[in-house]
Parts: sequence; C-alpha cells; structure tokens
Amino acid sequence: MNDFTLWDITRNLLLAVPWTLLLSAIAFAGGGLVGLLLLFVGIGPYKWARLAIDLYVELFQSTPLLMQLFLVYFGLPMLGIDVSAWLAATVCLTLYSSAFLTAIWRGSVDAIPLGQWDGGASLGLHFLQQLRLVVLPQAARIAVPPTVGFLVQLVKSTALASIVGYHELTKTAQILSNATFQPFVIYGLVALAYFVICYPLTWCSRLLERRLANAGHPPD
Amino acid sequence: MGYQFDFGAAGQYFGLLLKGTAVTLWLTAIASLFGLTLAVGGAAATRSKAAWIRGLVATYVELIRNTPFIVQMFFIFFGLPALGLRLAALPAAALAMTINLAAYAIEILRAGLEAVPAGQSEAGLSLGLRPTLVFALLVLPQAVAVVYPALVGQITITMLESAVVSQIAVVDLTHVADFIQSRNFRSFETYLIITLIYLGLAIVLRRVLALGGHRLIAGRRR
Repeated sequence: MNDFTLWDITRNLLLAVPWTLLLSAIAFAGGGLVGLLLLFVGIGPYKWARLAIDLYVELFQSTPLLMQLFLVYFGLPMLGIDVSAWLAATVCLTLYSSAFLTAIWRGSVDAIPLGQWDGGASLGLHFLQQLRLVVLPQAARIAVPPTVGFLVQLVKSTALASIVGYHELTKTAQILSNATFQPFVIYGLVALAYFVICYPLTWCSRLLERRLANAGHPPD
Repeated sequence: MGYQFDFGAAGQYFGLLLKGTAVTLWLTAIASLFGLTLAVGGAAATRSKAAWIRGLVATYVELIRNTPFIVQMFFIFFGLPALGLRLAALPAAALAMTINLAAYAIEILRAGLEAVPAGQSEAGLSLGLRPTLVFALLVLPQAVAVVYPALVGQITITMLESAVVSQIAVVDLTHVADFIQSRNFRSFETYLIITLIYLGLAIVLRRVLALGGHRLIAGRRR
C-alpha cells in the first residue's frame, strides 16, 4: 500500500473541488432558468398553472433529495435514457434548485404591493411591461439575499451526488478514507473545504440582507 | 415503451416499511428533543456578556450551517473513532442529526429572542424575578411563539435529510427501500413508494406540530 502524506490527501481533495463547484454551478444556472420560466407561468393569468407549480414546489420541498436522486437515477433508464451518475446528479439538482428558486422568487414578486401593478397599468403598460419595468426590478432586490442563501444549500446538497457515484468532494473523501484509514483527517479537511466554499456566500447573503433592511431608512 | 410497472412487488414488505418509518420518526424525535434543548441553551448563550461564549456559539452555528450533513455524519461515524469515541450507527446518526438541528434552531431562536421587546424582560426584572426566570418564563415563551413555524419547518427538514443515515447502515426508511429493491429489482417503483411515504410523513408531521403548537402557544400569547 502506498503511504499517503497529508499533502497527497489535500492535493487529491483539492482536485475534487472543481467537480463540486461545477455541479453546483450547472444546477444553479439550469435551476435558475427553469425557475424563472415557472415564475412567469406562475404569476400569469392561469390559476391551474399556479396550482401545478405549487404542487411541483411542494413535491421537491417535502421529499428527501436522496429519494429524488434515486428516482432520476433509476427512472430515466426506463425512458430509454442511459444515465451516468453525472447526468442523474445534474438533472436532479437542476430540478431541485428550480423548485426552491421559483418559490423564493415567487415570494419576492408577491411581496411587491398590488398597487405597483395597478400603477403600471394606469400608465398604460400591459402585463409584461408592468412585470419587466415595475415589479421585477423591485422584486429582484428582495430576492437576491435568499437566492445567495439558497446557493449555500445547493453546494451542500451536491454532496449527495456522491451516493450515486459521482466523483466530487465527498466521494473522493470516501475513496481516500478507504485507502488511507485516516477518516478523521480526511472528513475534517472535506468539511473545511465545504466551509471555505459556503461561508463567503453565507456572509455575502447576510450583508445583502442587512443592506436591504437598511435601504428603506437612509442615514440622516 | 415496454416497461410494465409493478407496484405490488413492494407491497409484501409492509412490515419492513413500517419498521423503517418507525426508525426515521424515532431519529427525528430524538434529534428534535435534544437538538431543541441544546438550541435553547445556545440561543441564551448568544446573549451572554462574555464575548468568548458568544464566539463559541457563533463558530459552532457557522461550522454546521456551512458544511453538508452527510460529511458531518461521516466525520462522527468514521472520524471520531480515531479519538477513541466509537459509536454504533444508530447513536451516531442520532448525534449527527441532533448537532445539525441544534445549529439551525439556535439561529431561529436567536431571531425570536430579538423579536421580544426589551421592555418584557425589564418588566420581569423590576418585579424582582431572577434573570434566569425572566428568560425562562417571560422571554423564551414569547420568542418560541414568534418562530414556531420556522422551528416546525426545520424539524421537517431534519426528518427529510435523515434519509442519508442509510449510508452508515442505519435501517431507516431509505435503507428499507435499498433492501427491497435489491430483492425485487423494481427500483423505480420501490423508491417512488418510499418517496410518497416521506411526503406523507412530512405533511402529517407539519400538521401535527402546527396543531400541537397552536394548543401550547395560542392561549399564552398576549
């Protein structure tokens, strides 16, 4: 058996970090796109569409991510699609983040008083113009802190992709731990790596939130 | 599509499903009991005059909230034996869930404590109550009343996240699913059924806790 120095372990873990980041980024971008689409459908005129989206959000928020992952991993082959761990993780986390993001953004749009819509209408703007010019710019400010906060949750969620065999940080840790019998050091370092990724985001989200809370009261 | 669904294949394992559900709920109950108790202490400590205590609690909260639950659990189950602390799978899972829930609950309770007007504790102190009693009898109940829905949400999240404990061979609902699908080779149907059970558990848990909270808190508020 090879002897692993601390540097060997660290180096191998560092090599796995980009895969965690990549999975997070794809899930966030894909989830953002789907979430935006769902947002537009949800605030549209169709009541049944809104109900369907509420149900979609509820399904993702009230079931374990691990089960969602298994369903995609074992479900897609039934549609004749050959799934790698990579594809399953990407699809699953994209859907998962789309549900959370659309819920966050819907909440932000709902937080804008109806008078703003009416104000837009009274100026002769049609629905999409009211949305684009009046409501969304205001809603976006409210939405940014919780969206960044969700990004932290998403990065942490990518750790579950290790269970279906996707080689990111946690999976690499498991392999290293089996090879070196140094789980204490390895899982400690992995936790540290996640912390280094997530904490700046948490901090950023909190700063933005504070700034938003103070926005209504300019210093006098 | 030539695939024939067969949901009955999982039905014969009813007893096993029941047992897995019981383990999942038991873990959630233990984590909630100890996690929330720990969180009350932690939230109280965030108002401590000693900066190092506040720093300690803040470090704990940030460390847990910014790392994945599965890594925390692996650290406890695989890592701690190196320090001589060897736990069986079930206690390790319960400990990981407790530690995890406590960190989130501290943050929630802290927000609740901040929402209680300072006049409330001043009034208690002026009546000659000891500071501990003021906290326990006056401030804490009001804080809990404010943040109760958030606590219920966090307990539900803990229940759902506990699916991961199957990875250290705790025989919870997910582990039962793994077992059943290894027997009947109906992985999709099996996981779908288990997912629906989790969905049902989450809905019922939320409803029950909300009703319980209504009884506990509603009468006391104002």
